[in-house]
Amino acid sequence: MEAWIFFKRTVNMVFFGTRAYYLWCAFLLTIIGVGVTFYLKQLEGGLIITNMRDQVSWGLYIGNFTYLVGVAAAAVLLVIPSYIYHFNPIKEIVVLGELLAASAIIMALMFVLADLGRPDRFWHIIPFIGILSFPNSLLAWDVVVLNGYLILNTIVPIYILVKTYFGKEPNKKFVIPLVLLSIPWAVGIHTVTAFLYNGLAARPFWNASILAPRFLASAFCSGPAMAMIIFQILRKTAGMKIKNQALFKIAELMAYAMFINLFLLGAEIFKEYYSGTVHLAPMEYLIQGLHGHHTLVPWIWSAFFLNITAFVIFLVPKTRENLVTLNIGSLFIIVGVWIEKGLGLIVPGFIPDPLGEIYDYLPNIAEISISLGIWAFGLLIFTLFMRIAVPIQRGDFSHSKFHKDAVQPQYDRIKP
Amino acid sequence: MMSVGALAGLSLGSISCSQVEVEDFLQKHFREMSAEEKKQVIKRLEAKYLKKYGKKFNISTQEPEAGILWGYGLDIARCIGCRKCVYGCVNENNQSRKNPQLQWIRVVRQKKGSMINLENAEHYYNPETVPEPGYQYTPVQCQHCENPPCVRVCPVKATWKEPDGIVVVDYNWCIGCRYCIAACPYKGRVFNWAEPNIPVAELNTEVHYLGNRPRMKNVVEKCTFCIQRVRQGRYPACVEACPTGTRKFGNLLDPTSEIRYLIENKRTLRLKEDLNTESKFYYFFSA
Repeated sequence: MEAWIFFKRTVNMVFFGTRAYYLWCAFLLTIIGVGVTFYLKQLEGGLIITNMRDQVSWGLYIGNFTYLVGVAAAAVLLVIPSYIYHFNPIKEIVVLGELLAASAIIMALMFVLADLGRPDRFWHIIPFIGILSFPNSLLAWDVVVLNGYLILNTIVPIYILVKTYFGKEPNKKFVIPLVLLSIPWAVGIHTVTAFLYNGLAARPFWNASILAPRFLASAFCSGPAMAMIIFQILRKTAGMKIKNQALFKIAELMAYAMFINLFLLGAEIFKEYYSGTVHLAPMEYLIQGLHGHHTLVPWIWSAFFLNITAFVIFLVPKTRENLVTLNIGSLFIIVGVWIEKGLGLIVPGFIPDPLGEIYDYLPNIAEISISLGIWAFGLLIFTLFMRIAVPIQRGDFSHSKFHKDAVQPQYDRIKP
Repeated sequence: MMSVGALAGLSLGSISCSQVEVEDFLQKHFREMSAEEKKQVIKRLEAKYLKKYGKKFNISTQEPEAGILWGYGLDIARCIGCRKCVYGCVNENNQSRKNPQLQWIRVVRQKKGSMINLENAEHYYNPETVPEPGYQYTPVQCQHCENPPCVRVCPVKATWKEPDGIVVVDYNWCIGCRYCIAACPYKGRVFNWAEPNIPVAELNTEVHYLGNRPRMKNVVEKCTFCIQRVRQGRYPACVEACPTGTRKFGNLLDPTSEIRYLIENKRTLRLKEDLNTESKFYYFFSA
């Protein structure tokens, strides 16, 4: 009964909000609508409506998938510095980080589903019902670890939130082991995703052992960058109490992560160019263009520019501790890493193809619309999560107050 | 009970569900079917093809024979790059003719003096006559590896190596993730990006379940050494289509076979041998 009332109030809560909240949700729903329209077309006509072909058989969808796995991993890893440096409010950061991770994983899984030619046969991949080729296929590993991670990252925040709602302290013996478990698991999901590409001898561009460390380093940049922006938005709109000092500390850690990321990338570039074997071709295609094909060159150079600029911004204390430059740096990293890890990592793996053919791939309007639709869906989920989580944590939405303010939740308290 | 019904309705989508569609949806993995279930599936499939193409198909599920491991030989010195094998294959194996145009054999043209580095290979050469002076041609198709990377990566075991060494796909089990395409070092696999387009008059109705039966959209397909022919003692279509005798085929386990003779008496090489795929496709030089 109590649970039912909680559930009902939660649903009520989601449908109440400020004007900005309604507009934001309507905006996301519109984008989702466009995405769904294109997805229905893709279901009907087949993947031929995308720009992917036999030569480049994965594209924007799988690029986004890879990127979002990184975001999901890093969102949870924020918990470590929070503990070490005593960022307050720590419980809020854990809940927020895990809900961000859950939303990112949902998006990542949706991108895989969008890329799947036969979603109607999805049940073939479900363990025990279908046939999951575990442990041979790295994709099977990914299915297992990603879903496990999703469950882990929904159980913990929901448990903390429900406890808080009923005015009780979460049981630390239950929460802390799970939070601790989610940290190596976060490293695990990203490593498995890197191994997915890494293990393919047919694709020399991916078949470099530096790939998994590079994945982690870039995730440590893009995930916190996203969290940084979200923290500030929640501080402004929902009164989340996070101090500037915590943001600056995260930015400093991001500078280190970006340094490692750039260093590993540099090591890779050196090895390919100096040895100059036939396996240089994909790298050459990406950075310089190959046999007159330059499609990705402007993209990767923009990514280099964005990432290096952000690195400098986060390295210099003066720009790091200024919210304007800090946010510019975060945006640069979000976009820069997205290019580097999305199109910049997936597409050159296929170019030139195993028989030397070059097919210039850039996503078309259908792929872009479907991808934006998935992003909007993820943001909507995250918004709804926050709509519930923030008032609970602020103490505005709780069981003890139930009798007093049942009719109208205090959704419009905005002041920090 | 109602929620179960609703759930079933949801999972099957908004399409109206005829009995055949439900059976299609629930169809098991080919290797998990009993003989009786295979018969049922073949019956259903033949009825489906009859309805779709107006033609009576004969779908075989012929099993491999013991003591056979198929191997292929290709004489680089003889190939003139005419692509007769490509079209012989397309006609035999019911590949989509356009949108998408799928071919299981790809002939690449290289300048003489180069063979292993395929980066400068020309795929779309189109001269008046072949061969052209200064060039050599290398046809490439599925190499039927003993250690196939494509099979290892498939997340649902929709592709596997048969006991006679042929790597096959269960088109009804493939989920269309294309991981195998990424894993293949030979471009041995192509994808049905849309519903295949084959003129009804050109359909080959003598088919094998794991081979040349018409495919559906969004599944992967590949060379099967013409499983429908070789298991009946015939040569693959590409061997027959070749006008220069470039292509050889036989049982690697039979010491008296032509393929064994070639391996023992000619200089052979296998593409990308360094990847340890143990391919069963031997290129050789007759002169």
